[in-house]
Amino acid sequence: MDFALTEEHLQAQKMVREWCAKEVIPVIGEWDRKQEMNPAFLPRMAELGILGISIPVKYGGQGFDYITLGLVCEELERADTHLRVVMSVHHGLNSMAILQWGTEAQKQKFLAPQARGEKYAAFCLTEPDAGSDVVSMKATAKKQGDVYILNGEKMWISLATKAHHFLVVAKTDPNAGHKGMSAFIVTRDMKGVTTGDIHGKLGVRAGSTGWVKFENVEVPAENMLGLEGEGFKIAMSCLDNGRYTVASGATGLIRACLEDSIKYAHERSTFGKPIAHHQLIKQKIAYMQQWYDNASLLCYRVGWLKNMGIRNTRETSMAKWYATDHSVQAALEAIQIHGAYGFSDEYPVERYLRNSKGAVIYEGTSEIHQLMQADFALGFREEKPHLRCELPPYNADEWQSEAVEMAVGD
Amino acid sequence: MHVVTFTRSTPDTAAKVEVGKDGAVGWGDAATVVNPWDEYSLEETILQAENASGKSTVIAIGGEMHNDALKHSLAMGIENAIRIDDPNLDSTDSLAYATAAAGAIKKLGDVDLVIFGKESVDVGTDQHAYMTARKLGWTMLSYVSKIVAIDYANKTITVEKMYEQGKQTVTSQLPAVITVMKGINEPRYPSFIGIRKASKATIPVWSLGDLGISAPAKKAETVAFMNLPTKEVQVEMITGTPEEQAAQLVEKLLEAKVL
Repeated sequence: MDFALTEEHLQAQKMVREWCAKEVIPVIGEWDRKQEMNPAFLPRMAELGILGISIPVKYGGQGFDYITLGLVCEELERADTHLRVVMSVHHGLNSMAILQWGTEAQKQKFLAPQARGEKYAAFCLTEPDAGSDVVSMKATAKKQGDVYILNGEKMWISLATKAHHFLVVAKTDPNAGHKGMSAFIVTRDMKGVTTGDIHGKLGVRAGSTGWVKFENVEVPAENMLGLEGEGFKIAMSCLDNGRYTVASGATGLIRACLEDSIKYAHERSTFGKPIAHHQLIKQKIAYMQQWYDNASLLCYRVGWLKNMGIRNTRETSMAKWYATDHSVQAALEAIQIHGAYGFSDEYPVERYLRNSKGAVIYEGTSEIHQLMQADFALGFREEKPHLRCELPPYNADEWQSEAVEMAVGD
Repeated sequence: MHVVTFTRSTPDTAAKVEVGKDGAVGWGDAATVVNPWDEYSLEETILQAENASGKSTVIAIGGEMHNDALKHSLAMGIENAIRIDDPNLDSTDSLAYATAAAGAIKKLGDVDLVIFGKESVDVGTDQHAYMTARKLGWTMLSYVSKIVAIDYANKTITVEKMYEQGKQTVTSQLPAVITVMKGINEPRYPSFIGIRKASKATIPVWSLGDLGISAPAKKAETVAFMNLPTKEVQVEMITGTPEEQAAQLVEKLLEAKVL
């Protein structure tokens, strides 16, 4: 067993950390207060290659492994949650789904520009009346000749107003339950696609969250991802990837709470000594360190399983549940350590708390993950032996080899 | 056109550097970073080599800890990296550093321009750059804020230099040694492709023997390092109405002979 990160891991981590320190952290408070996304961040992430970090070079990505994806997400959320959210939807839920389920033509047409950061991507599953209960969704896609007519409204969609591509799950057979759902790649320029932002969120205020409406959108049949009826399986496999990015990000949020609290505990004095010397402050720091260590180890395991091509639904669920729940706890403790200052936006810990709360709700609420863990343990649920299309394991030579000429449409 | 730059790993400027009980200088668990001034010399080296379709080399003098700075340089886009290390070489001694640096430049043979960052933050000096130029017998152009032009055919370089009264435009023959200022460019982040290449790179290590030189006799001996004396600051809160506070403050400032 080897717990050491490679030189590649460490340098990638350092690069993203430096970018965040120089360009994000100094201004993030201001954008959070304005409830707007800094227009420079997405293009910068694209330019730096972050948006395609764990996609093979031949599909426009950087060819790094899945552990690096986790490390990058940790660094991004250490700065602000909305940057990791970008990675969750663009990379985890959308690009990795096309990598896993897409045809070669779809990879060339949609994945490559996404990995290069020329196009931004979002994931449309949740609806106003369908969250955890995915099967109750109302969006439909009806086959008509060589197109599907898509109708429906998706809600709480990150990058709704920024994305060029949407991965949309809709019902192609409304009477067939989860087997009647299919996935489609929809582009913003298709007639009948409208989007809007949602304001007044508790947290992730510097990010873009919104709604996407589809009114009689004609989606070419070749834009179907996977086969008709595979939409539910695709959505669940997407969540295995998205949840990994959420877990890694929440680990970064715990680290933010820990690092800021350590700094403050050394600086702030009460009763004649720095508060770092008070036992109850020490206890809070110790717990935060424990949560960070646990969360990061759970995430590393998931990254390793993905690298090896081993199914990881349970392990990913555990990492997501643990890391997000404890990021809320860590933020609460960080505010407590900061005292009254933590209650104001003079220090970033109040932003950490507001940002932490969303992740115990989206991509499977903490309650859903508890049910999943219990069902696995009780033998009510088990990893399916294999999917028709598995997420490709990491192969450094193959992933880092340069692009080969491929005809679109093969 | 072959552009060479030098770098080193230094303690993070935010790290607490202090003398330990053993008398050695340490900075705890804090990470090392590329000498902050070298971010600009590395970027300028890449830009000038690219402009001339030439090659770029980065050299570090010292132990294995400097590999981090070299790998960072490669990840930014410098083509070649070399480390010079020898048990008889003290890289914190400016004259020894310059002797090795000049030896390496001579060994490379085809170098047109050497770019240093303004100074090294760990040893707090820039004299190694001047000494290197002197050892090579090349022109020294310090505090360069802009490379205006390089004439490859006539082997000349024109730069803007900062000095107390403003800026000075100077043209000199190549080869030359220059030190560059913060702001001469916007240093790039390492690219992911660069990171991959750097992590696979094996960095050659040259000894003084490889350079065909020996370490110069030390002109100065470091006897001991000492921590800076700690400052004890007393804070007294003045209370009362604003008028009373102002009166007390003036009285105290008069007592302290500040007014």
